[in-house]
Amino acid sequence: MNVMHPAIAEPVLSLRGLRKEYRPGQPVLKDISLDFAPRGVTAIIGPSGTGKSTLIRCINRLVDPTAGDILLKGENLARIQGAALRMARRRIGMVFQEYNLVERLSVMENVLSGRLGYVSPWRAFLRKFPVEDVERAYDLLDAVGLGQDFANRRADKLSGGQRQRVGIARAIMQEPALLLADEPTSSLDPKTSVEIMELMAEISGTRGIPIIINIHNVDLARRYAARIIGMTGGDVVFDGPPEALERSHLAMIYGGEGWQE
Amino acid sequence: MTGPAHPRIWQRFTPQERIARSILYILTIIAVVWSLRTIDIIPEFLYDAPEQTADLFKRMWPFDWAFYPKAIHAALIETFHIATLGTILAILLALPLSFMAARNFTRNPVLRWLAQFIFVSSRSVNSLIWALIFVAIFGPGALAGVMSIAVRSIGFVGKLFGEALEEAQRGPLEALTATGAPRSMILVKGYWPQVEPAFWSIALLRWDINIRESAVLGLVGAGGIGVALDAALNNLYWDQVGLILAVIFAVVIVTEIVTSFLRSRIL
Repeated sequence: MNVMHPAIAEPVLSLRGLRKEYRPGQPVLKDISLDFAPRGVTAIIGPSGTGKSTLIRCINRLVDPTAGDILLKGENLARIQGAALRMARRRIGMVFQEYNLVERLSVMENVLSGRLGYVSPWRAFLRKFPVEDVERAYDLLDAVGLGQDFANRRADKLSGGQRQRVGIARAIMQEPALLLADEPTSSLDPKTSVEIMELMAEISGTRGIPIIINIHNVDLARRYAARIIGMTGGDVVFDGPPEALERSHLAMIYGGEGWQE
Repeated sequence: MTGPAHPRIWQRFTPQERIARSILYILTIIAVVWSLRTIDIIPEFLYDAPEQTADLFKRMWPFDWAFYPKAIHAALIETFHIATLGTILAILLALPLSFMAARNFTRNPVLRWLAQFIFVSSRSVNSLIWALIFVAIFGPGALAGVMSIAVRSIGFVGKLFGEALEEAQRGPLEALTATGAPRSMILVKGYWPQVEPAFWSIALLRWDINIRESAVLGLVGAGGIGVALDAALNNLYWDQVGLILAVIFAVVIVTEIVTSFLRSRIL
């Protein structure tokens, strides 16, 4: 049933035999091997608890894989530690379901947090970020549709959709080679969800940043992703363009057919 | 529909629990009676206690106001200094220890245990006892007072601030980790903004407590207004004792007002 994805010549990210066991002998990820092209949106769909979130968190090592390789432009992230791992993380932006902003800080400080891997500690401590970083942060506030008036608002005063826009700006602030998004729309209403997906697809296109998105909503995945990966029980069971995703595939991914219209 | 053949019986406690509770009540009564018998109340003293109390207040009033500029004012300022310096020193010492004690920041259980051990040692000894120890080390005076306030406060500040750190939300910390920020940055931009209100609230509360505590440290020679109180008590100058007690009371009220105002501004 697996629709083969055409081979990618120069992948930005390659996973080789990626395996994660929280408890020995009970793998959550069963030797996943995937290549990701250096552009476009890839959506990972699948039921809750199927390892989507673990997969995405293994990529930037928020979760340590049990076995396998994570090759980001040739560098194996599974094998590095400490400073080298921090350097690698700077090149991977991440957007979260619960936004994960620092609530008591201003929008500007949250966006500038994306540079914390680059600026010196005393500069960040004194809030003296380099001028070009501040310039870029203002530009990004415009680009994500918030505008510069938001700079000094506290993050806890924003709505869910506005917070997610700040989260996206923070991730792009890193100038990442890859953007990960873990259920970025699951805490948002349907209209805002569409707006956020629209924004991410646009950013991916205009800035040439490849995005990997975990998402529950199959319709949104179809609408915005160029490639869909279906997971179930820790395995990849579908990998192909949205046009190739059929009812039978969805039945295999989520189980049963009764829920489908 | 018919009801059950027998009325159903409901009891909150099992028979064992009822027996245990009865035993507990009896033990409590025994303990009260026993302790009343051991405290050796002398009836003669008890009978004229009201007169003695009235007499004491009569001797205190009118206050010896001339005594305030002579001895109390300087001692009062010293008390403030002991409390404030002691609190600042305690915070400086307790901050790194509380990060060491916080489960989410420090993975090493030995370090966490060490920090907890220091907190417990600091808190298990009353500040008057610490003052006795530091008077023996540094000699009588304000330095011993500052040290005893500081050492007694480390456990309080460290324990409470450590718990505040453990309650910091994980999400923002995870997000900063994902940007490749080093741990020092995660501390400054992730933990600190989240725990800052708790920090100021704990620091002010401890300062408030320390003002009251440093007022009595002089009784064992560790400086401050307590020294004047001790001297007045020994000389039976009740009009001076009354004035000192009134001044301490006024200071406690004022610090209470100031700290609650500041705390309401922070949160």
